[in-house]
Amino acid sequence: MNRRFGFFDATALTLGFAFLYLPILILVVYSFNASRLVTVWGGFSTQWYVSLLQNEQLLQAAWISLRVAFLSAAVATVLGTLAALALVRYGRYPGRTLFTGMVYAPLVMPEVITGLSLLLLFVAVDFDRGFWTVVLAHTTFTMCFVTVVVQARLVDFDRSLEEAAMDLGCPPLKTFFTITLPLIAPSVLAGFLLAFTLSLDDLVIASFTSGPGATTLPMRIYSQVRLGVTPEINAVCTILVALVTIGVIIASLATKRSAVARQ
Amino acid sequence: MAPRPPDRGAFGRALGALVPAVPFLWLTFFFLIPFVIVFKIALSEPATAQPPYRPVFDLSLGLEALSEAFSQLSFYNFSLLLEDSLYFSSFISSLRIAAVSTALLLAIGFPIAYAMAKAPERWRPTLLMLVILPFWTSFLIRVYAWIGILKPEGLLSALLINLGLIGEPLQIMNTDRAVFIGIVYSYLPFMVLPLYATLEKFDYTLLEAAEDLGCPPLRAFWRITVPLAMPGILAGCLLCFIPVVGEFVIPDLLGGSETLMIGRTLWSEFFSNRDWPLASAVAVVLLVLLVGPIVAYRDIEARRWEKAK
Repeated sequence: MNRRFGFFDATALTLGFAFLYLPILILVVYSFNASRLVTVWGGFSTQWYVSLLQNEQLLQAAWISLRVAFLSAAVATVLGTLAALALVRYGRYPGRTLFTGMVYAPLVMPEVITGLSLLLLFVAVDFDRGFWTVVLAHTTFTMCFVTVVVQARLVDFDRSLEEAAMDLGCPPLKTFFTITLPLIAPSVLAGFLLAFTLSLDDLVIASFTSGPGATTLPMRIYSQVRLGVTPEINAVCTILVALVTIGVIIASLATKRSAVARQ
Repeated sequence: MAPRPPDRGAFGRALGALVPAVPFLWLTFFFLIPFVIVFKIALSEPATAQPPYRPVFDLSLGLEALSEAFSQLSFYNFSLLLEDSLYFSSFISSLRIAAVSTALLLAIGFPIAYAMAKAPERWRPTLLMLVILPFWTSFLIRVYAWIGILKPEGLLSALLINLGLIGEPLQIMNTDRAVFIGIVYSYLPFMVLPLYATLEKFDYTLLEAAEDLGCPPLRAFWRITVPLAMPGILAGCLLCFIPVVGEFVIPDLLGGSETLMIGRTLWSEFFSNRDWPLASAVAVVLLVLLVGPIVAYRDIEARRWEKAK
């Protein structure tokens, strides 16, 4: 195998990762800035975190977002896993082309279209907009991401274990819960975490489908950002980045452990 | 399906049918039907009511009313889209911005993905993780971070002035250039990941063979690496191009008032002007423009999974 990793490659990686990480790093550093100005370093301070804790509106929005993310990710994980099984394990069935289309299209669909169409659905069936409409909307667009993640694991799944269990008389449902599910669990967990962060992150779809009293954190951040950069938002962002980093580390440790266990 | 155990009764079969049926029905109701409704609303006229449009047809009124409704279908919104140059130019400008940024993404993403694929094997999981990690952090936050960097009194200008490279603050914020930077930054992982997936499996002995036969490295790259990486290139380009055409957050926060993008137009028709039928018509045209790329993307993905199986 001839893979020469040269000077050019090292430069590409260094510049690439600097580009990806510097803006986030700057944001984190400046969330501890005592000065209100972005360009002036006024010394280390945690005052923005303190004032954040006193900002009722932001805290309430964060609480709504967390609940929406948890509920929608939970449902999306179940639906997405079923969809992945349907794509990988089932051969031809009526509507399969339509089904694959409906699974892949939301991955690339511009959010304004998804948001608008779901809003019009909720209006058409006369469903009051609010917390639950956001949950339904987020479930729909995140389940397809879960499908892709779980599908990747199912494709290179060793089916001989399942077959052995069934040959020994284990019913299919029990086989699924005792053999299949534990083996694909890391990807299901990764799918859940991805759905959770996508939901926590979404501004556009939530703006369309939300109603009074259900303002999510991104909606709140967006309206504050439009008024100008405030250090408080830097602090919110730092907390979110920290949460995501911890989540990803947990997920990757879980995957690694199961990979070691498999060997 | 694989060999089924003979003792699978009616209950088991029903349960087996539920696996595709549940997500299928969910997506039909929450993804497919809403599009039909968008089409319907796009053909109705705006009204100052709640909801702000006059329904075109009401199935409960029976066939006669339905046929009458059909004769009254209004293409008013679509003709408005054609007549008003604002809509036409925002469609053109969206496609242009998406095309340019996809080209930039490919030019920047390819060297990164190629370097990752050539890196020693034990580094690769870490490198992959480093590309994925920003994708997990909030999109809004990542766009927001650039405001502090790009604005005239921001960090980039301050840095360049201190270094003596420029005399006065950069005017990047609120221009198309800021939008390009924001798009490239936000969508880079979407470009790098599919490229890496194909380049990682690439058989590098082919390049060696070409070299042994006297082919210069650059030519070998164009004639061997690029054609073999084509599925990844296409997947990455579509994965970026399609959502960028309808992008709202980036042009809204980083772009100026002259940055016309269709996602932004749809948003303001909906939220500021409360013209739901017109917003729906914009969505329909956007969808029609993107049907080709979306079908192409689905085919590439479906083929990839078929092959993996």
